[in-house]
Amino acid sequence: MQLGRVIGNVVCTIKDARLLGQKLMVVQPIDKHGRGKGRSIVALDSVGAGVGETIYWCRGKEASFPFLPDEVPTEATIVGIVDEINLPVADRK
Amino acid sequence: MLIGKVVGDVVATQKTPSHVGRKILIVQPLQLDGSDRGEAVLALDSVDAGVGDRVLLVTEGFSAMTAVGRPNSPIDMAVIGIIDTVDLPEGAR
Repeated sequence: MQLGRVIGNVVCTIKDARLLGQKLMVVQPIDKHGRGKGRSIVALDSVGAGVGETIYWCRGKEASFPFLPDEVPTEATIVGIVDEINLPVADRK
Repeated sequence: MLIGKVVGDVVATQKTPSHVGRKILIVQPLQLDGSDRGEAVLALDSVDAGVGDRVLLVTEGFSAMTAVGRPNSPIDMAVIGIIDTVDLPEGAR
């Protein structure tokens, strides 16, 4: 899984029927210090995340498992909202 | 599998139900010489690892889910061992 921040959402009127009712969010991956890292991606949401929140997300086939028994075609899904990132003092930069 | 070092953890109250009860570790993958290999990732813990431990990290869904004991769950990385030593012949580093 990776850390990220929700920076927006995507609206699709025409889409795969199994995506109906799913929220599509734009996620900026971040490093452990909260800094943006790499290119943003679009991910489904399984936990009710909102814009501005720090989240963690999962990629690959596993990303569709929160929606079982529905087989949702997604390769990235937000699976948790981060309350706190704990780093030992020596590693804070 | 990769060699990594646990550098912190993440607290998330609102998360996918299958992650409840497992620590979410921040793991920095390492090269053989001990330097960083890419960005730190989040992995579920299956061996009670802690900050500072050198660990064995799986980065693929099936092995991660199996190790954590939560099949059909959105887990793409897991810590599955705490490394005592890595023995390499001269020059392999």
